[in-house]
Order: sequence, then C-alpha cells, then structure tokens
Amino acid sequence: MSTTTAHRSNVAPDSKLISGARILLECLVRENVDCIFGYPGGVTLPLYDAFYDHPIRHVLVRHEQNAAFAAEGYARSTGRVGVCCATSGPGATNLVTGLVDSMMDSIPVVAITGQVSTKLIGSDAFQEADTFGITRSCTKHNFLVKNIAELPQVIHEAFYIASSGRPGPVLVDIPKDVFQAQAHYTPVSSIHLPGYKVFTEGHTGQIRRAAQMMWEAKRPFVYAGGGIIAADASDELRELVETLNAPAVNTLMGLGALPAEHPNFVSMPGMHGSYAANMGMSNTDLLIALGVRFDDRVTGRLAAFAPHAKVIHVDIDPAEIGKNRAPDLPIVGDVKRVLQKLNKVLQEIAPEHRQSNADARDAWWHQIREWRAEHPLVPNVSTTEIKPQHVMREIDRLSGGRAIVTSDVGQHQMWAAQFIRFSEPRLWINSGGLGAMGFGLPAAIGAQFARPDKLVFSIVGDGGFQMSIPELATIANHGLPIKIVIVNNGYLGMVRQWQELFYNNRLSQVELNSFPDAKQLAGAYGFKGRTIEKPEELASALEEAVQENGPYLLNVRVSPYENVYPMVPAGGAINEMVLGPPQPVEA
Amino acid sequence: MLQIISLLVENKPGALMRITGLLSARGYNIESLTVARTLDPELSRMSIVVDIEPQLRTQVIKQMNKLINVLQATDLTDSPAVKREMVLVRVRAALTNRTSILKEAEIFGARVVDSSTEGFALEVTGDSEKLDEFIDVIRSYGEIEVTRSGTVAVSLEAKKLRLSPPVPKTTHPEEISEKLETRN
Repeated sequence: MSTTTAHRSNVAPDSKLISGARILLECLVRENVDCIFGYPGGVTLPLYDAFYDHPIRHVLVRHEQNAAFAAEGYARSTGRVGVCCATSGPGATNLVTGLVDSMMDSIPVVAITGQVSTKLIGSDAFQEADTFGITRSCTKHNFLVKNIAELPQVIHEAFYIASSGRPGPVLVDIPKDVFQAQAHYTPVSSIHLPGYKVFTEGHTGQIRRAAQMMWEAKRPFVYAGGGIIAADASDELRELVETLNAPAVNTLMGLGALPAEHPNFVSMPGMHGSYAANMGMSNTDLLIALGVRFDDRVTGRLAAFAPHAKVIHVDIDPAEIGKNRAPDLPIVGDVKRVLQKLNKVLQEIAPEHRQSNADARDAWWHQIREWRAEHPLVPNVSTTEIKPQHVMREIDRLSGGRAIVTSDVGQHQMWAAQFIRFSEPRLWINSGGLGAMGFGLPAAIGAQFARPDKLVFSIVGDGGFQMSIPELATIANHGLPIKIVIVNNGYLGMVRQWQELFYNNRLSQVELNSFPDAKQLAGAYGFKGRTIEKPEELASALEEAVQENGPYLLNVRVSPYENVYPMVPAGGAINEMVLGPPQPVEA
Repeated sequence: MLQIISLLVENKPGALMRITGLLSARGYNIESLTVARTLDPELSRMSIVVDIEPQLRTQVIKQMNKLINVLQATDLTDSPAVKREMVLVRVRAALTNRTSILKEAEIFGARVVDSSTEGFALEVTGDSEKLDEFIDVIRSYGEIEVTRSGTVAVSLEAKKLRLSPPVPKTTHPEEISEKLETRN
C-alpha cells in the first residue's frame, strides 16, 4: 500500500506511522471493545501480531462459527457490540451462520475478516472467497476496505451501524496489505452515512392517538418482544403495563423484558406459548405490539391472528410496519422514547378515561385468569424418569430469575422458555429467528466473558451439544464456570416430535446413538462432569454443578418421547392449540 | 405487475449488488435497470423496472430504503413521472428500402446515427410501447439488431424535487435549487 495519510495537512507532525492492524486496534479501543472472539489465519497474521502485546483480550475459540456465536452471547448479555474475527476464505465463510443469526435477532455484532491482498483479489488466490458478496445478505451492512486511509472511518461506521437503529451485524473485510500498510493515525471525528436513516422519535400525534385507543380499549393486550430488550425499555414497558393494568406477553426474544413474576405477565405466546397467552392474543380488542415483528412462530395462521383486534405497532424499523400484519396505528421510533412519551400522555388523559371501561377490563382480567387456570403451564414431573420439564423447574429454582441461561435450539429451548423465569432482560439468550443448533454453548462463553460475576447455565440438547463439543476446550482453557446441562433424550427431539405427530411416527434420521460418557468427556478436558438418569438425583446434581467453581458438564438422561405442549400445528391459528398428548381411548 | 422504482444511491462498490440482491432474494426478475452518476459524483440515480405483486410493493420500497447505501427509494409506478427509454437499432437495408426506412424513422422521431452501404443505425427515444412499435416496423424491412437502454424515469411531483438531491456540493447549491424551483 502506498497511499497513506502522510501528506494530509491535519496530521500532527509528531504522529508516528503505524500499521493498518494497529490502526484497527486503536479504533477498537476507542469503541470500548475489551474482548474479541476469533481464530487466526494466513491473511490475519499481521493483525494477530498486533494482538500479541495489545491490552484487548482475544479469546481463541475452536471454530469461527463459535466466534460469531460467542460475540452474540457477549452482545446479548450486555447490549454492547460483540466483536468476532476470522481469516479469509474458510474463516469468513464459517462466520456466516452466526451473522445470519444476529441479523435475524437484531444483535449488534461487528465481524472483522481478513482478505487476500488487494492485488490478489479476484485471482482465486489461496483462501480467497468473495466475503463481501457472500455476506451481503447476512449483514446489516458490510465493507471491503481497499485503502488504509479509509480504515478508521469504516471501523467507526461499522460500530455505529451495528449498534444504532435496529441493531445488527456488520462485517468489515480487510485485505492483508491494508493490515500491513503504514499510515498516520488520525482519530475520526464524524461519521458520514448519508443514506442511513434512523427514526427514533415517534410521531407525537400518533402517540396521542395511541394513548387514546389504549384507554378506550376494553380488552387491551400487550405483545412485547426483543425490541424492548434492544432498546433497554423494560422500565417503560413496566410503567405502561401498570398504568393500563393490561395483561402482557413477552415473545421468545423478549423474555425478561417484563419480569416473569410481574402480576401482569401472562407468559410466552406462539407455537409453544401458553393457552392463556394465545387466547389473550386471539380475543383482545387492542393488540399493543412493541418491538415485535409478528413472526410466523408467534402469529400462526396470519389470517386468523388476533381477528378482533385493532393493532398499535411500535417499531424502529419502518419495514416491519405492515410487513405481516397491517397495523391500525403505526408508530416508527425507538420503543424506549416512544413509551416514555406515551406513558406521559397516558397519565395526562387518565382521569377522563380510567373509569370508563373499568368493568369491561375487570371482566377481561377475569377471563385471562380463567384461561390461566384452565390450562396452566405446569412442568411434567415423574418419579420413574427425569422429565425435561423437571430439569427446567430445577434450574429455575436454582436461578431464582437471576442466572443467565443460554439455550440451544429445539425442544429444550421451548421448555426452558416456558418454565424458567427471568426477572430482568439480557438473561435469556437463545437463537430465536434463525434457530441455529450449536448456538447455546458458544453463546454461553461470550456471556460468561461479558459478565464474569453471573451464574451461567448453558442448556443444550444432545444434538446441538455435539455440534459445539470443540468449545469445551475454550471453556476449559479459561476455566469458565459455565454449567452445561445436556437435556439428553437421545433424539433430535423437535424433529422427532414432528415426525411422530405429522409423519406417522416414521423416525427418520433423528436417533442420536453413541453419545460420549459425560464424566470422561469433561474429564478429558480437565473438568467435572456426570450423567444422571434418576429423578431423585436431579436436584442434588444441579446443586453440585452450581457449587463447583469451574465448568461443569451435567448430562441428564431424560424421557425420550416427551413432546412440547401446547403446540400450534404449522399453519394453524394460535387459538387452535394441541394442549397435550392424545389421551388413550378407554375400551 | 411491473413497477418502476427510482433510487438515489451512494456511488460506491456494492451498492448495486445490495439492491439487486434484495430483489433476487425474493425471486423478483428485473426487467430493466439503468444507473448513472448524478450531478453530485458521490451519488447515482438508478431506475429499476421489476415485476412485483402489487401488495408487496410497499414492503420492497421500505426494504430498499433500509439499505445503508440508499438515500431514497421511490415508487414511481402510479405517481406522476416521465418514463422514457432509448433504443438503438441496426437494420440491414437493401437500396430499394432505404428511403422508406428513413420515412419510418422520421415518423417515430428517430435519428440516423450511422449510415453505410449495409444499412442504418437508428436512435430513438420514447415510452416503451412506442419503441416496441418502432422495432416491429423496422423489422419488417429486414434483419435488425436491437439494444434497449431500459426505462429511465423522473418524478414530476413538486415536493420530490426539493427532497431529493442531486445538489452538487462543490458549486452553487442555491443556484441549482433556484433553477429547480423556477422549472416547477
């Protein structure tokens, strides 16, 4: 690289020439990055040389995909930007699943990838891949830096884009010669993104109308999601719910947004949501949708979703408004700001409205309590075998709503979401939109690095766990006190459940044999592990895991044929739930 | 149904890919696409004709507006706008036909941009239907080769002019905007 900023007049005469790699680290420091998850390679050698004696902590994972998931775990547990790093070619392609995952769940992540030298780009060079092209659709934005002079600007823009508006992943692809080039580092003072539009303030008139509608509703229902957590709007949500005394659900992405023990909290809605939550959604006359995207796993058949409801939809992303359900009143804005204003207006106009629908609202609450009592979410517990729900109940007991719980994808994820309570946001960490198996364990690594003081449970299935076994080395390496709980039913449980229910129980390729011995596996990495299969062992084994100072691998053999209920079959309306296994017909 | 989208985008590598990628990811086929620099060399104007079901049009425009490189995406399908296309036609013409071809060209307002013993190269602009007709007529005289530019469009809504650059940063922005105002 010959182009440097050396000729610029604004360079202080005493500023030294430093490499692109050092400039990158300088920018990361300015972005308050304290931890990067990554894996080195050929073209990132200059960068890793700079890491060698740099205060930013680099965590060496064992697969790039897990670097991306760990960065997500970091971001999801703190709200700060998670950073991952990989080399060109295979390193970059391995990041893709994690990038899509953070895209789907709106998680702020910056991925740094190495690229072959600018002169070699396009020549099918060793470990060359079109990272910029490949990651176009799996990032909020991406950059290819072809000149060291652009590097600081791009890095700060990347962090700004990742963390502002609707958060998401941003990838910066940096060729080897840009890492090696020398330039004077000039701190960036402003960001130039003329096409980047972020709408934070909601429309005042719309907010007024929303407040009016909320007081006029007879059966209001709050549907709050991941946007509340991204916007750090839990307090505002709580105020809204209390002012209106409205029942509220948190989606899978929003669990913890309203504390689970809050009297107005109903539970999670959707395909495996509770009866009360789904009936509430189906019968409300005003659906107050806050930071949600009307995902198909929540709405079921769209045409039959919330058929009696007017919809108020608050979202920072204008493209979410009307994407799946046309709202009666859209508000584009940061849900925190919008709720702050809305709460104010609600209070202002409360005196004239509070009494008008009081009877109807009492009846509505009565109805919700009735639904709750009719089909409560109760963990299935047996004395002869460990039920997976029983595992969740015990983890819930030990967590007391305060532990970080990361989950993988499948049945255990749904049971955890149903039965583990969260008192605050950023405790429940799971792959919601993409449903990426192999997420849970590396995400726990990221979360534990971000919040070393926290008790972290990583609840994984025996399938997903085997996708992330290599990361046991990372855990052992750093002595991370993660409590890995394998909910082991010997099957890809969720797929098996669908095969049982919809494919005549033809269990095709879902049986997972040859699971390793947990004690020996953990022992091979130098930490404790154990397998249990009796219900009476469960509580004490989990307690032992929690009391252990270091990592713990607890393999829980659970009943193999347990299904997740309630269940809305694909394509069904959410009030058409299957509430439990078919009862045996008596002769 | 064909939709005409006008975009103001940053003149940067990858900007085109993001826009076409957004369309191809949803399985939409692009009928035509033109892109060129605006008065501000950092920006490009793009006109895309694409087949999208009417109920999904708003969503696609919103998704385009979300792209970091896109300053503004506008649906011109049903709004007042001038939509024009250019076509270049080479026609092999026997001596006996040459006069008639020139007459046809005159009717359609086409210009001769090349003339040789082989035949002519003609240039004509207009709306797409008119160009279809022109091509049909010329084809009746013999072998032809056609290159179409695809539709370029400009909105005629008054407010659009004020909202949308290009306003060159280097020279006199006031002058330009004045010009735009008076043309209104």
